[in-house]
Amino acid sequence: MKSSSSSRFADRATIPAVYLALLVAWEVSVRVFAIPAWILPAPTEIGRTALKWAPELGFNSLVTLRETLVGFGLAIALSLPLAVLIALNATARRLLYPILLGLQSVPKVAVAPLIILWLGLSEWPKIVIVILVCFFPILVNLIAGLEAAPRTMLDLMRSLGASQHMIFRRLRIPVALPHFFTGCKVAVTFAVIGSVIGEFVAAQEGLGYLILISTSQSQTPLAFAAIALLTLLSIALFHGIEWIERRVVDWTP
Amino acid sequence: MIAAAGGLVAAPPPAAAEVAAIDLRGVSKHYPGAAGTSVHALGPIDLHIPTGSFVAVVGPSGCGKSTLLRLVAGLEMPDGGTMMRYGTPLDAPSHEVGIVFQEHVLFPWNTVLENVLLPADVLALPKAAARERALRLLEMTGLIAFANHRPQMLSGGMRQRAALCRALLADPRLLLLDEPFGALDALTREELSLELSGLWQDLGRTAFLITHDIEEAILLSDRVLVMSPRPGRIRADIAIDLPRPRNADTPALPRFQELKKQIRDIIFDRRA
Repeated sequence: MKSSSSSRFADRATIPAVYLALLVAWEVSVRVFAIPAWILPAPTEIGRTALKWAPELGFNSLVTLRETLVGFGLAIALSLPLAVLIALNATARRLLYPILLGLQSVPKVAVAPLIILWLGLSEWPKIVIVILVCFFPILVNLIAGLEAAPRTMLDLMRSLGASQHMIFRRLRIPVALPHFFTGCKVAVTFAVIGSVIGEFVAAQEGLGYLILISTSQSQTPLAFAAIALLTLLSIALFHGIEWIERRVVDWTP
Repeated sequence: MIAAAGGLVAAPPPAAAEVAAIDLRGVSKHYPGAAGTSVHALGPIDLHIPTGSFVAVVGPSGCGKSTLLRLVAGLEMPDGGTMMRYGTPLDAPSHEVGIVFQEHVLFPWNTVLENVLLPADVLALPKAAARERALRLLEMTGLIAFANHRPQMLSGGMRQRAALCRALLADPRLLLLDEPFGALDALTREELSLELSGLWQDLGRTAFLITHDIEEAILLSDRVLVMSPRPGRIRADIAIDLPRPRNADTPALPRFQELKKQIRDIIFDRRA
């Protein structure tokens, strides 16, 4: 009993220990080789800077989080009707799929300046970029999910004389939910990247803007702190969706 | 476990001269094969299921018996012949027909009770009455304690019982059984067969069973049709003159063994 619980503790401790070792190696390398902070700051230096700039980092994180969530939410809202239309209607599929694939294939970084030119300096161009960057995984997974209902279950519904609407409500939507959440988990990390792309091109606030300004002023530790926050933001959103998924899709083992 | 069907029988027993539940004449079915060819899956066959009887079809895998059931269910249309259900053309599924599929086909996102109530939801039946009936069916099949469990918590036999409850919920005149116990172990299969036999007798409904299990077919049926493969045809129509109610001792009767040998001989003679 005791040995099994201590080995479980060892399992749980291994991964944090490796991460900690990497951070220590980073810290030691910077000190031993006397690397200047404007090239590569030590973790402790980044931590100190983050504390000093905490209000600015917090404010700009909220700006980026807001753009990310609004864009991500709108991407879901747009994907839902499109996926239903494409899953149900062969003509809609042939018409819409090439357009959507085209939109996905355009390099978003290249069109970002155009979007800002068209939509001005509000937060809307950033939200539009977020939508463009993250709608595709949601849409593709949702379509696959809506088409994933097993033939036996479709036969059961048909044998009862169920309408398309009833088949959607009782069968296709529940079957699609795990696929939908898979798409959302991929998309939400893209959405954070979308916000940063928008802020790089034109912005007065947000973590992307902060990174741009701080690197141009050789404030490398601040840039690192902002990058670390972006990473944490992305991971937190991913786990947030996973948390919702576990509560909604509670029938899969 | 199925003790009595008290209160579940909605209609009085059918009159003797009532029209056949199912009447197929000259029905055949082809499927598209590789490179534009056509596979002759079934027929032409005639099938007559009198109201109130239990008819089984036995045959080896690939003899077209599942195709036959899908046609009777209205899930597929034949290439030729005529199909009648209770005197009207059979051209679509009907709420008068309940089906138990080979796999239980229960929705894992719904509870057992919600699964059993599916037909009530689809057919927009009065909610309170449907719920009462569902609970009574679950009571009869010994599943009442699991009404609010998800089906994945249940054993294979219990899942098939739940599927049977669902098929019976809308009080169908005709029950279609597509190898309903095929995925279960031999002991559970026998147990469920006997339960079904009792339930069928209590409810006084018509049933059509597809199976590859000769003993199961004899144990349950009034008539056993033997099918031969490629294309599926009915080779023999054997009346099962065993007394009812049937029980665990029925397979030990000499007549049971005779019928079993007779059916086996027909199947293997054809395949030899």
